[in-house]
Amino acid sequence: MSTVTAPAPAGRGQYAGTARLVRLALRRDRIQLPVWLLALAALQAFSASSVLGLYPTEPDLRSFAMATAASPVALATNGLVSGYSAGAVLACQIVMPLSLAAGLMTTLLVVRHTRQNEETGRAELVEAAVVGRKALLTAALVVAVGANLALGLLNVVVLLAAGLPLDGSVALGAAVAGAGIAFAAIAAVTAQVTDSARTANGLAGAALGVAFLLRAVGDMTGTVTDNGTRVVSGWPTWVSPIGWAEQVRPYDDNAWWVLALTTVFALAVGSVGFALTEHRDIGSGLVPTRPGPARASRSLPTAVGSAWRMQRTILFWWALGIVVLAVVYGAIADQIDDFLGEGEQVADMMEQLGGGTTNMVDAYFAAIFGMMAIAVAGYAVQALLRMRGEESAGRLEPVLATAVSRPRWMLAHVGLVTAGIVVLQALTGAATGLAYGLVTDDVPGKVVNLAGAALVFVPAIGVVAGVAVLAFGGVPAWSAGLSWGALAGCLIFGFLGSLLGLPQAVRDLSPFTHVPPVPAAEVTATPLVWLAVIAVVVGAVGVVLFRRRDLTNS
Amino acid sequence: MAAISVENLVKTFGPTRALDGLDLEVGTGEVHGFLGPNGSGKSTTIRVLLGLLRADSGNARLLGGDPWRDSVSLHRRLAYVPGDVNLWPNLTGGEAIDLLAGLRGGLDEPRRAELLERFELDPTKKARTYSKGNRQKVALVAAFASDVELYVLDEPTSGLDPLMESVFQDCVEEMSDAGKTVLLSSHILAEVEALCDRVSIIREGRTVETGTLAELRHLTRTSITADTQRPVTGLDAVEGVYDVRVDGLHTRCEVDTSAIDGVLRHLLTFGITSLTSTPPTLEELFLRHYGDELAREGENHRRAESGTRTP
Repeated sequence: MSTVTAPAPAGRGQYAGTARLVRLALRRDRIQLPVWLLALAALQAFSASSVLGLYPTEPDLRSFAMATAASPVALATNGLVSGYSAGAVLACQIVMPLSLAAGLMTTLLVVRHTRQNEETGRAELVEAAVVGRKALLTAALVVAVGANLALGLLNVVVLLAAGLPLDGSVALGAAVAGAGIAFAAIAAVTAQVTDSARTANGLAGAALGVAFLLRAVGDMTGTVTDNGTRVVSGWPTWVSPIGWAEQVRPYDDNAWWVLALTTVFALAVGSVGFALTEHRDIGSGLVPTRPGPARASRSLPTAVGSAWRMQRTILFWWALGIVVLAVVYGAIADQIDDFLGEGEQVADMMEQLGGGTTNMVDAYFAAIFGMMAIAVAGYAVQALLRMRGEESAGRLEPVLATAVSRPRWMLAHVGLVTAGIVVLQALTGAATGLAYGLVTDDVPGKVVNLAGAALVFVPAIGVVAGVAVLAFGGVPAWSAGLSWGALAGCLIFGFLGSLLGLPQAVRDLSPFTHVPPVPAAEVTATPLVWLAVIAVVVGAVGVVLFRRRDLTNS
Repeated sequence: MAAISVENLVKTFGPTRALDGLDLEVGTGEVHGFLGPNGSGKSTTIRVLLGLLRADSGNARLLGGDPWRDSVSLHRRLAYVPGDVNLWPNLTGGEAIDLLAGLRGGLDEPRRAELLERFELDPTKKARTYSKGNRQKVALVAAFASDVELYVLDEPTSGLDPLMESVFQDCVEEMSDAGKTVLLSSHILAEVEALCDRVSIIREGRTVETGTLAELRHLTRTSITADTQRPVTGLDAVEGVYDVRVDGLHTRCEVDTSAIDGVLRHLLTFGITSLTSTPPTLEELFLRHYGDELAREGENHRRAESGTRTP
């Protein structure tokens, strides 16, 4: 591919080198992108099999559709209801989250290959070669569009394999790909705004959030038709790219013309991105970076203060996400009895997920808290791996060349993350309790009760955190793989263990298996004490190993 | 007492022997140049001295303490500038200076302000917008604003322009005048020549030469160029003379320092009209030790011919 040898005509010269840059981007993403695509395809496959398994008959499907259409909260968290064929029920559950995930994958991808390249100075190196002014953005968008088409195609394959009809499957794949492509265009604009990749990702993430909220509001305020099995959205859904994906209504209308709307939007917004690149220098943004404080605050130059500065953003975003989810789960708890009344399979599933069946609502909370605890363990791993990030970026070396000892530096991070786990668990319980309490007129009671229940999971999360500390202390180069692997192990062995029919001995490997299913069961202290002891011992070994090892950059 | 005393230091990374019996002695109050090509073990030595790496064997003492065991108390008394300064992208330069100096145990406020001015560094900019040179300045200001006994500088000027290079040299001289000890690892030989009392030259993890510049020069040869009234003959026969080239009345040769007297006496007999004697530059000293490496790369045949090889 010799795009760069001959002098290109003026118009096309702006795109010179695009093909090479596309190959470079694919080379850089050769692991990341397939992981994203396969994970999302697996999510689709899992949803398809669970829908087909949980609602095997038409009455089951119909009752699900009616229950969802009747509940604004279910509409917000699932998506638009369009009839009650198996495909339509699946589409109701999966189109929205999959579009959101495609949007996230794509905005990260576009920013990674545009603004992040500029921020690190790689773009300067590339642009100095025979590469056109617009080649960098074009290449990023080509890869983004290609990734979304691949995602759509994978979805079609998975859905056909599940035995769903062809036209609806293609419509679903196209709807999801369309949403991803629309966000590629949005990221092409946000990447132009400032000189920071983090800001570009933040703005694109905010756009995703707004798109999600608009369609949530539009769907919740929609009107129910067709004997309660269909929802016609309010206008806010129609101004959201995620809303458009829903409006394709796969397996029902298969409204192809909505895809034209998505295409026009992507082309228009994308060309704004291209136009903006004309108005700025390489490396700079449209909005200059504001200067910051010339002096550090009093608390920054301490081990805890500097660790807090690195940890606070991670904790803030996790807290925000956790609270939003918890409020939604709390608000729908009251409807759990009606919602699940006719589906015995759901009751079975709840029990398998650790809920027990004494009280349907409590069982529901136990299952929800189990899931949220895994998510909070994800926070712990991410936050603790920040230590490894500091080390491999070469920022730890000058810090440890000061009067801060290794244990003090490490314990500052570990201590803050431990506090973060407790805060997030308390927030999970309190926010669930607040929403559930508002519905049932018992705010103080539910907040205290559910916050207490959520905190029971802290020692189990601590064990996962301990493994991350141990991995960082002992085998830094493998710390990311080992600690994320441990978390995935908890998810597979413990949480999904009974669904997958794994033997008890394997399921016992997950610390979460040993947590009593509160609030559905009584709290028993013994397993919690054991988990806490294991967490502390494993973590302490990690600290000792870190004290004894060399610092490494790779 | 020596500020730094290293004997027979060994450090391996897997199959690589990064330090292979290295020795280093830096006296208190001395500015010591630490020279060697890339990968020769300079940064590894410094990391061992800072307690960031643990030596496999050998002995290292720093300010009278053990760099691994007493790292915290020793770090209060030293400041370190790495060759590749990485900062927190969302902190400003000023915050990073306060952070690094504060963790060390505080800084001298007027000195901080003065250094920012001299290095022309804007402390309100986010670190991610700094060039390599500016990141280097952040680390330098944080180090020089700290009142410590020892400065460990690992190629500290690699991104600085000549103007800032001279500010840096002034700072090192001020520290030296105040009786501080400086270990300066550097590639810039002019900088080392201008600043250092003594130098150690290392190669493949070993010290190959150490001493004052004068002592090191003594070990090598001086070039002599002379114009005479009559063509010079018989110079080859004089002991300690190499590379004699006679071109009519113009003569050039390389002379061992110990043989200069004899050579001048010999030349006098031909009636000298002009005489130049050039002592070896640090660069020549340096190249002498790496001559065979360079020759291996085919980069410097001439020096490989005349250079004494280090076994």
